[in-house]
Amino acid sequence: MTIRRMLFAAACAAIAASSVAVAQDSATEKAIEKYRHMLKEDPWSNPGLLDAHRGEALWVTAAGPNKATLEQCDLGKGAGKVDGAFAELPRYFADADRVMDLETRILWCMEKLQGFNPADLVKRPHPGGGQPVKELGAMATYVASKSSGMKFAAKLDQAKEKDAVALGETLFFRRSGPFDFACATCHDAAGLRIRLQGLPHLSSPDEARKVVGEWPAYRVSTTHVMTMQHRLYDCYWQMRMPELELGSDVSVALISYLASQAKGGDIAAPGLKR
Amino acid sequence: MRATTAALFLLACSATSAWPQQRPAVDPARADAAIKSAFPTAPADWQSRLMPDETMRQCSAHRNSPPKAVAEAIQQRERATIVYPPDGKLLGEWKKGEAIAQSGYGLRFTDYPPRSANGGNCYACHQMTRQEVSYGTLGPSLLAYGKNRQFGEPDTKAAYDKIYDSHAAFPCSNMPRFGTNKILTIEQIKDLVALLMSPDSPVNK
Repeated sequence: MTIRRMLFAAACAAIAASSVAVAQDSATEKAIEKYRHMLKEDPWSNPGLLDAHRGEALWVTAAGPNKATLEQCDLGKGAGKVDGAFAELPRYFADADRVMDLETRILWCMEKLQGFNPADLVKRPHPGGGQPVKELGAMATYVASKSSGMKFAAKLDQAKEKDAVALGETLFFRRSGPFDFACATCHDAAGLRIRLQGLPHLSSPDEARKVVGEWPAYRVSTTHVMTMQHRLYDCYWQMRMPELELGSDVSVALISYLASQAKGGDIAAPGLKR
Repeated sequence: MRATTAALFLLACSATSAWPQQRPAVDPARADAAIKSAFPTAPADWQSRLMPDETMRQCSAHRNSPPKAVAEAIQQRERATIVYPPDGKLLGEWKKGEAIAQSGYGLRFTDYPPRSANGGNCYACHQMTRQEVSYGTLGPSLLAYGKNRQFGEPDTKAAYDKIYDSHAAFPCSNMPRFGTNKILTIEQIKDLVALLMSPDSPVNK
């Protein structure tokens, strides 16, 4: 056998092996897609809607040391205006002199209107597996659902807003921790998976527009609604970093970056995830 | 030769995913400060996790596509961190390696106090055996890894090096530095090398 023929045979074997792998991949991907489709077929089957409903009830229920409701909470479109507010977040709020995402803003309103101590609220803000989303998260689910069907339209054009997006982008690519992970490790390329879980390519606006609007989302694997702040907290957990604080500048900046990437994308909250 | 070609190929691949770098960059010191205040419950011995070392600082700044001089400096620096077993034997037991490749346990804040040894979680990113269909695609397929390399000794050492510190071969690789960052022990890395390089390992069947 000449060397050329040997090389040709080796190349053919390699191509054959890789096409087997590709066929296996696409069969797996199809099965997962079917599962997702079944979950989505009946929109009313999404248990996250129960939490949106619960959040709506909480919104108008007097609570906290001040025994006040959140009906006067200004989510950016004026006090008491919930419809369409999520679609324009994050944004700069002059009263707080800060850019805030939805959950950070609700936290602010719980402090200022209801008199809660924010330090208490951020101590254990996210539910464990099998536990329902906490009150702040349920209200975030409610508010987000009131922008469902709209498009992401946060302007993010003021100096502090632009700055939050830029910081978020820098953080997206910033590697640290014992695993050297950044958000970009998993979300800076298209069509990749961890095990069988597809990974959204969030540095691509096309893909960000498709997925960011599905949060908050009901997660079948953990049987609760997961908010965007919780989603980021969970990513950092997996990155072997410590506990990301709800409302921290890092969380607001990353959500600002995602919202800017997703501009023009459909909001379909609460979404439904594996 | 093959390793060089593969390295060049991977470098080329990572270069094509380069992000336009003309966007207004945020001072890394500001990002550091934001990170420091975003994890207020981090215990004292976790503070080092918040700050990147020099290699990670460079990889972050160049979005994992470092220019040649930086790439070479990273390779040199990281290569110097690799520690070999005292007896020079690089092949452990592939069966133990398979268990390490399957496990994603370790170093998360819910993993303390440790309930078992850390895992390598190789399947999260790599296809390795035909039997395991639940594998990720962040890294290249490692099917027939040893067989494709005729189970050669230089490739055994190269595999050890890549697991111990992937940046020694591929600067700004996405793969954790399992040895350098003390995620896995030398014994565990040997077991993974055996999983890749033993003729009787399911990777090569």
